[in-house]
Amino acid sequence: MRFALPLGLFILVVALFGVGLTRDPKLVPSPLIGKPAPDFRLNLLATPARELGIDDLRGQVFLLNVWASWCVACGTEHPLLIELAKSGTVEIIGLNYKDERPDALEWLRQRGDPYRMSLHDPAGDFGLDLGVYGVPETFVIDAEGIIRYKHIGPISPDVLKRELLPLVAKLKPAST
Amino acid sequence: MRALLWALAAAVLVFRTAAAADVPVEFDDPRDLARYESLLEELRCLVCQNQSLADSHADLAQDMRDEVYRMVNNGEPDAAITDFLVSRYGDFVLYRPPIKPSTWVLWGGPFILLATAAGVIVSLGRRRAREPEPLDETERARLQALMNNDETPPS
Amino acid sequence: MIAELGHFALTMALALAVLQAVFPLIGAQRGDVSWMSMAKPAARAQCVFVVLAFAALAHAFANNDFSLAYVAANSNSALPLAYRLSAIWGAHEGSLLLWVLILALWSAAVTFKSGGLPMAFVSRVIAVMGIISVGFLLFMLFTSNPFLRQIPPPLDGADLNPLLQDPGLIIHPPVLYTGYVGFSVAFSFAVAALLGGHLDSAWARWARPWTILAWVFLTFGIALGSWWAYYELGWGGWWFWDPVENASFMPWLLGTALIHSLAATEKRDVFKNWTILLAISVFALSLLGTFMVRSGVLTSVHAFATDPTRGVFILIFLGVVVGGALALYAWRGPRSLASADFAPTSRESFLLANSVLLSVATATVLLGTLYPLVIDAFGLGKISVGPPYFNAVFVPVMTPLVVLLGLGQFAHWKRDHFDRLLAALKYPLFACVLIAAGTTAMVGAVTGVEAILGLVLAAWIVSTTVRGIVQRCRRRQRPLDALLDLPPNFVGQAVAHLGVAVTIVGITLVSAYGVDKHLRMAPGDAVELAGYEFRFDASRDATGPNYAGTEAQFTVRRNGRQVAILTAQKRHYAVRNATMTEAGIDAGLTRDLYVALGEPLDGGAWSVRVSVKPFVRWLWLGAILMGSGGIIAVCDRRFRRVISRATRGSKDAAATAGAT
Repeated sequence: MRFALPLGLFILVVALFGVGLTRDPKLVPSPLIGKPAPDFRLNLLATPARELGIDDLRGQVFLLNVWASWCVACGTEHPLLIELAKSGTVEIIGLNYKDERPDALEWLRQRGDPYRMSLHDPAGDFGLDLGVYGVPETFVIDAEGIIRYKHIGPISPDVLKRELLPLVAKLKPAST
Repeated sequence: MRALLWALAAAVLVFRTAAAADVPVEFDDPRDLARYESLLEELRCLVCQNQSLADSHADLAQDMRDEVYRMVNNGEPDAAITDFLVSRYGDFVLYRPPIKPSTWVLWGGPFILLATAAGVIVSLGRRRAREPEPLDETERARLQALMNNDETPPS
Repeated sequence: MIAELGHFALTMALALAVLQAVFPLIGAQRGDVSWMSMAKPAARAQCVFVVLAFAALAHAFANNDFSLAYVAANSNSALPLAYRLSAIWGAHEGSLLLWVLILALWSAAVTFKSGGLPMAFVSRVIAVMGIISVGFLLFMLFTSNPFLRQIPPPLDGADLNPLLQDPGLIIHPPVLYTGYVGFSVAFSFAVAALLGGHLDSAWARWARPWTILAWVFLTFGIALGSWWAYYELGWGGWWFWDPVENASFMPWLLGTALIHSLAATEKRDVFKNWTILLAISVFALSLLGTFMVRSGVLTSVHAFATDPTRGVFILIFLGVVVGGALALYAWRGPRSLASADFAPTSRESFLLANSVLLSVATATVLLGTLYPLVIDAFGLGKISVGPPYFNAVFVPVMTPLVVLLGLGQFAHWKRDHFDRLLAALKYPLFACVLIAAGTTAMVGAVTGVEAILGLVLAAWIVSTTVRGIVQRCRRRQRPLDALLDLPPNFVGQAVAHLGVAVTIVGITLVSAYGVDKHLRMAPGDAVELAGYEFRFDASRDATGPNYAGTEAQFTVRRNGRQVAILTAQKRHYAVRNATMTEAGIDAGLTRDLYVALGEPLDGGAWSVRVSVKPFVRWLWLGAILMGSGGIIAVCDRRFRRVISRATRGSKDAAATAGAT
């Protein structure tokens, strides 16, 4: 019996590795899920005179999409965001992260603007409070201002269909 | 094919790791500097493969260093600083995993193993001791002497 | 054309490896001599074809054949020839070919150095190595072929990762792999012994030199890696407890347990099952390391670009090879239980305790390395297990080990007496008390607790080693002649143990008393650190063949006298758009002076790190001593007489076991 012990331990380790292969070690889940979104005071990207806080965004489910003009991967998901915005399923608020205002506006002009509005966070302060570490990131925030979900990296059509949209649909009735 | 493209884009382009200005910091109190440096050693950079904040050149690491610097300068205790980062990025930022139920095995494991090993070694030794080799003449005499001693009651 | 030949050579090697794996194994089982006799020619031919494949890839790199995707991804026409050749193992596919080449070379070496071993046994050993070759050749041909063409070929290559453009990295991987892969010989010996059912002290005597040699290479390989990290990777760190470092450290720790356990098995015919299990586990850890580095399950600074299908393949292969060996162990292991007797106080007991403690140390590193994966697999989030954890748990495990090392090396075999040991240890204990008192007086008991512990442990090893030599020489009439006459095996052991002490001193002192400063310096500025004055003299252009760089010169003075001139570089490699730091180091036996450039700041100033690292060289010096000890031990004539004795040995073994 004790001669089989090493084999048993080895099988456990191999099983562990098997599960490990299905995980991405670089994705770090956010501790903010299920917690209220942190407060902020930020100017709007398009109209710098207007300053907003978290309370201004409360009342309905929305996606908070962190993007920047220097972020190449943001371009990959951009057409999908535009499509989503057109469909009117859910509103997208942009968080323009550590970016220059003219660069960001030019980027939107060229590729189209899917955002109801974009907050301008040049120093990345709000990004830090949100635990942003890779751009793009997308948060789902419900009507009470609670963070429900975070996706790291560009949204693929698959992620949109299987994760984001069902979640938004589930949260919506509560918001009316 | 499309899925592959998405996967590639996700894998390659998410992180901005441009070199950040690696500006040396100064504190009024040298103890603060020591505290700052030892904190950086214990905190993990999120976008790097596996580097501490002290070693990382990533942009985000610089932001996190700035935050640590600000808080150390404000005289906030180490625990408040690590809590601040953990509340945003999770336990992942700590190179010294916190002790909680999910890490009991991690922290206790080595010592349980050590105790088990000690137990195994001692029990093997005992088992060996119970099956002694036949004694030679001098040993037998010594044994006899010891047993005689044993008959006197302990003081 | 030559690349296609390389590809073809790999396919041929695979076919030969299949022959090498299948026929000798069946032949040995049936006692069919003609089938068994295929083992050696097949292994040698396989080796020839792998060498050809390797040469073909080398040719492609040397001639800048960017039509090969692998060459294009890892070389560049501006890269110097030496780096173009070391770029062969600069990434996954080529380093795998190096792995296979080294395995083939070890297999061929076994065929040449096994003249008098029983034929069935040698056939099984070579067959098991053939199975491993088959797995890796399949892996390479199906998922990681370095000979794939890219059409159309790019005009120039994407360059070798600048981190790897370094002399240390030319030799580090081959040496490390030779160690890793070398444990496949001990593994094959163990599996062959389980299959054939003859496990005796002769077996241990055959396996010992191979195992020690593999361990020597692994020791040097790890030391080279640590040295490279020290001057190339960052700010003078020499060990990061990174998963990839742990992947090489675990087989080393358990390999150390194995060579000690083998010694007991050879000399006293004890711990046979334990030794077999260790031999299987060490190679299992080597394969596990390969899996961890190449599958992407763990993040590491050194990991190869990863691909999940590769991970699945290695995992299946790992399961088959190691799982098979362990199943065989579960099934056949218990048969050979009979072992000689020994007393609780004896060298056997200490060796057993030592190898158990080394296994605990290995398990600790494994636990820390895999724990983030466990937490993630159970959906409990992501955590990091880093240097603070390993440093905290490793010292308590290693301390008793060092104490036992001192006891074990001069306890008698079979049985010893505690009183005798205590009497003999009088001087070593006295030396330790003296060192403890001296260190405490110098640094204080509270602040210097690490330094005191480290130095006392080192003193313990040195004094017990010396005491062991004295004990051995005193028994002879002329002690001095006896000293020159000591058997290489014994000398090797003493040298390796002194190496452990030297490494402990290095680790202790550089960790406790290394100082550094991170500051802004412009030319003309000076800073004082640990009694040394570092002055930034000037910076100048230092452009190389494939990079643009800046070089900064520093003069170091002590008490006004010039000690050293350091030049630190910052290089920018255009093709990869990567910036590298070349530290300026003045190496010394008692301290290193270290300067590294950070980023350029305004007005010609730089962010600069200056460090004084006391006794850091001792780290690697100790490793060199450990490795040298291994080499000296392998030179023992006893191992060369293996053959003639071995044939007798297997018959005598039962009698020996009974008689002692």
